[in-house]
Amino acid sequence: MKAFTYERATSPAAAAAAVAGRPGAKFLAGGTNLLDLMKLEIETPTHLVDVQDLKFDRIDATADGGLRVGAFVSNTALSADPRVMRDYAVLTRAIQAGASGQLRNKATTAGNLLQRTRCPYFYDTNQPCNKRSPGSGCAAIGGYSRQLAVIGTSDQCIATYPGDMAVALRVLDASVETIDPKGAVRTIPLADFHRLPGKSPEIDTVLAPGELITAVTLPRPLGGRHVYRKVRDRASYAFALVSVAAVIQPDGTGRVAFGGVAPRPWRSPAADAALPHGGAAVVAQAFAGAKPTRDNAFKLPLATRTLAAALTPARTA
Amino acid sequence: MKFDTPAGPNPIDRMKVVGQPHDRVDGPLKVTGTAPYAYERHAVAPGALYGFILGAAIAKGRIAAIDTRRADAAPGVKAVVSYLNAGPLGKGGKNTAKLLAGPEVDHYHQAVAIVVADTFEQARAAARLIDVDYVRGSGAFDLAAAAPTAPLTGGSSKEGSAAPKLDRVGDFESAFAAAPVTLDATYTTPDEAHAMMEPFATIAAWDGDRLTVWTSNQMINWAHEDLAKTLGFAPDKLRVDSPFIGGGFGGKLFLRADAVMAALGAKAAGRPVKVAMTRPMMFNNATHRPATIQRIRLGAERSGKLTAIAHEATSGDLPGGSPETATSQTKLLYAAPNRLIGQRLAVLDLPEGNAMRAPGEASGLMALEIAMDEMAEKLGLDPVEFRIVNDTQVDPEKPGRQFSQRQLVRCLREGAERFGWRARDAQPGRRRDGDTLIGLGVATAFRNNINMKSGARVRLGGDGVVTVETDMTDIGTGSYTVIAQTAAEMMGVGLDRVVVRLGDSDFPTSSGSGGQWGGNSSTSGVYAACVKLREAVAQRLGLDPAACDFADGEVRSGGRGVALTSAARDGELVADDTMTYGTLGKQYQQSTFGAHFVEVGVDAYTGEIRVRRMLAVCAAGRILNPKTARSQVIGAMTMGVGGALMEELVVDTRFGFFVNHDLAGYEVPVHADIPHQEVVFLDEADDKVSPMKAKGVGELGLCGVGAAVANAAYNATGVRIRDYPLTLDKHLDRLPEVGAMRRA
Ligand SMILES: Cc1cc2nc3c(=O)[nH]c(=O)nc-3n(C[C@H](O)[C@H](O)[C@H](O)COP(=O)(O)OP(=O)(O)OC[C@H]3O[C@@H](n4cnc5c(N)ncnc54)[C@H](O)[C@@H]3O)c2cc1C
Ligand code: SF4
Repeated sequence: MKAFTYERATSPAAAAAAVAGRPGAKFLAGGTNLLDLMKLEIETPTHLVDVQDLKFDRIDATADGGLRVGAFVSNTALSADPRVMRDYAVLTRAIQAGASGQLRNKATTAGNLLQRTRCPYFYDTNQPCNKRSPGSGCAAIGGYSRQLAVIGTSDQCIATYPGDMAVALRVLDASVETIDPKGAVRTIPLADFHRLPGKSPEIDTVLAPGELITAVTLPRPLGGRHVYRKVRDRASYAFALVSVAAVIQPDGTGRVAFGGVAPRPWRSPAADAALPHGGAAVVAQAFAGAKPTRDNAFKLPLATRTLAAALTPARTA
Repeated sequence: MKFDTPAGPNPIDRMKVVGQPHDRVDGPLKVTGTAPYAYERHAVAPGALYGFILGAAIAKGRIAAIDTRRADAAPGVKAVVSYLNAGPLGKGGKNTAKLLAGPEVDHYHQAVAIVVADTFEQARAAARLIDVDYVRGSGAFDLAAAAPTAPLTGGSSKEGSAAPKLDRVGDFESAFAAAPVTLDATYTTPDEAHAMMEPFATIAAWDGDRLTVWTSNQMINWAHEDLAKTLGFAPDKLRVDSPFIGGGFGGKLFLRADAVMAALGAKAAGRPVKVAMTRPMMFNNATHRPATIQRIRLGAERSGKLTAIAHEATSGDLPGGSPETATSQTKLLYAAPNRLIGQRLAVLDLPEGNAMRAPGEASGLMALEIAMDEMAEKLGLDPVEFRIVNDTQVDPEKPGRQFSQRQLVRCLREGAERFGWRARDAQPGRRRDGDTLIGLGVATAFRNNINMKSGARVRLGGDGVVTVETDMTDIGTGSYTVIAQTAAEMMGVGLDRVVVRLGDSDFPTSSGSGGQWGGNSSTSGVYAACVKLREAVAQRLGLDPAACDFADGEVRSGGRGVALTSAARDGELVADDTMTYGTLGKQYQQSTFGAHFVEVGVDAYTGEIRVRRMLAVCAAGRILNPKTARSQVIGAMTMGVGGALMEELVVDTRFGFFVNHDLAGYEVPVHADIPHQEVVFLDEADDKVSPMKAKGVGELGLCGVGAAVANAAYNATGVRIRDYPLTLDKHLDRLPEVGAMRRA
């Protein structure tokens, strides 16, 4: 870990300005991802702006019947909110399928969205990795890639976005509210929030330097049956090999997003439209053009089978 | 004392204290966080500096240059030591790879330097400022590629059972060719990590030319010998102290880099230094259980009698290393007149392969016991019955040689009964619980018993307290407790009158902890010392030792009872002895046995395999403490589930290292993976083994678990997986289509 300076921000705009004004500055929320990465010198911020005092810890109803979730609301609090449990069960299930109780107590809504990949080569600073040090190469291509992405990749990076919560948010059409150093506010649909790697895999999201997340908003409840199914090698405390978030209406229509397969939660209108035709049809649409590696080709049939499980009404988990 | 004839009746047989399920005597220290583990022993070396080890960034090659100027100048840094300024170093006898690289690099994350600084954070930050110029060499990293040309070596795993080069009995080839039912299959097990909770950790302090290391090590004597040898100085100037160990599983059998680097750092800085290895470095810096490729051929008569058994295993290690002796149990487990056993060793430039819990048998049974399941199916026999049909009461290679005690058949029968084995459907893939496919599996557990010479000193104080001192270690197994029970039983006092002090090289040399020998061997050493102390007590009291009974705090002889304390009234009595062994281990094959029964559920959609029930029935001699023994066995069963379903160090065969080198990437079971585990011990006492009449259980509990899980998974799905771990991708494409998929 490199030495760094630290401050606690007192207002959103000041926080944004503090980060934008200093090269190498970063926001600190729960710290469950950032501090780990700093210890390994994968992230080397020179200055941390702690956002815990900014009062982003409320979940409020919005005028159009949805919810506005403060950026600092913990994963535990969000997943246990009675409104979320009732109207957005897919979100509760996704969050509770992630990490551990202790981590969820500390992890925040914004921090969770911004968690970085779990590609093992990204974690080993002796190995080439374009995401960690641009231009150094990608050790995962031709290496061990069982956990990595099958679609949305580039010849520069094949990492996944590893999180669970965002997969549910994607299916719910959530959006991210931000404020920039000048105090300007914008709303980014979750669909546009995470970037594909292309030629610059080091940039995970569309956030500008210093742009601070203030909230995540959920549109009006969708009804339907909410499913989050996370498949992994052990029963708990592991990242998804494949996950499926789905909201299925009684008539068989609905929405579906996949986790663990791409650099961002993976969803497409064509795939949603195929839902009444069953899991295989959805996967054929969603994964058209997939480029799996030898190690992770199993994720395609696994996605089909997992979705089939999710579509079987007897199953609720 | 030499144990060279079968044990007659002795005070341990009373089983008033020994054999009782006492709570661990060190339990309160552990749960209150006051057991002094190596890294937290602040009081032994106040003001210690912090050391941080830099590991090699390449797997194989040479260090062309090391520039430490930026690190030297970093805040708080007191010393930087690499091969350039470490002075001449030897190599311990037990470690294959050198513990400090330079100029050659032998494996990834081999220690290259230690930075010593005022704080841990300063040392860690400065370590990254060391500029090392590497010249990459080419190395061999792929076991599958190296296996075809790997030479037959045989050999010993250093801790555990030996394997011969090539062992032949009868004429395997002809018998196999003539057998009406045969199996020829190849199985693989991956490299595995010990992944113990406590990392390698040491505090080192020099006092002139004397060195003390407070460390975490299973074998004080080996560490002591090898550290002195590595540093090139007289062993009597060195003290090694390791009273509490947060798990080892074989990873801490040997001297490791933490102790060597802490000693070098402390010398350079002129102050005590504490070092803990970071988790991401442990997987490639230290040892691991080597991967194996195992070919098994079985030939049988239609009745189920095996006529031919062949087991050939290949593993890899650094030059000068040793094999994973995966064939060792096959020499002894099942009868068959024609046998062939071979052990090959390839040279690989991966980190050092070495002992991990039940080296040899753990990997070997993962293969052999699937093969037995496959063969039973071919024969149309129940897998339990098939094993019983092929039981042997003699060493199959030397039929004149009996097992000291072998109750495998009882383990299998009793386990089958208790587990409800009859409910198993011999045809796989038919039992369901909703969308879960249910399967049952069985496997034999087998692990050789090993006796190690072990010494202890026992004192009787004027206050009546019996103090035991031995360099035996407690790696979480319960050594403190069973040693206290042994001394209490022998001296006829309550457990509360016994103090046990372990892990200090100034104490008599013990067996140490490894190879499941620790419990029986160390308590036998304590037994020997207590016999001497009883003699001293009797003598002091003017009694005939042979006629004395020690019970309830008294020494009784001829109807008269004298308080034990009175023997020490005029001064402490001290007795010192070492238990050594004669040839009973050669005359009789001494082994431990068991049967594992497992029920799994396989998600019919996703293929995820989860264990639902487990039972182990063990026959392992006298159980010194059923509670600590059970803990050992359920821990081992948990490790077995890990090996079966998830644990694998993934080799990057281009760069030559284990890629998933942290606990996020190297998955071990979590609570949600482990169901209720039942353990049954058969009531045994093996008089050919030791006066304690006990054997080991800590490794037995692991042996066979993987195969029982694999066999259960097959029974659930009808898809056979022969490559561990059994991750879902290995059978997904062969699972039947289910439910909503058919609609699609
Ligand atoms: C052992 C382990 C297991 C895990 N398992 C899972 C799992 O199974 N599933 C899963 O989904 N996740 C898992 N996680 C990841 C976990 O969800 C994240 O670490 C956590 O959500 C991050 O939240 P945080 O508040 O601690 O973020 P921090 O670590 O504080 O920050 C993360 C990033 O977000 C930035 N940031 C924080 N707040 C803001 C803001 N308001 N505006 C702009 N930028 C901001 C920070 O600068 C940083 O770059 C696991 C983590 C660990 C350590
Ligand atoms: S896949 Fe991406 S994160 Fe992984 S090594 Fe390649 S560039 Fe780095």
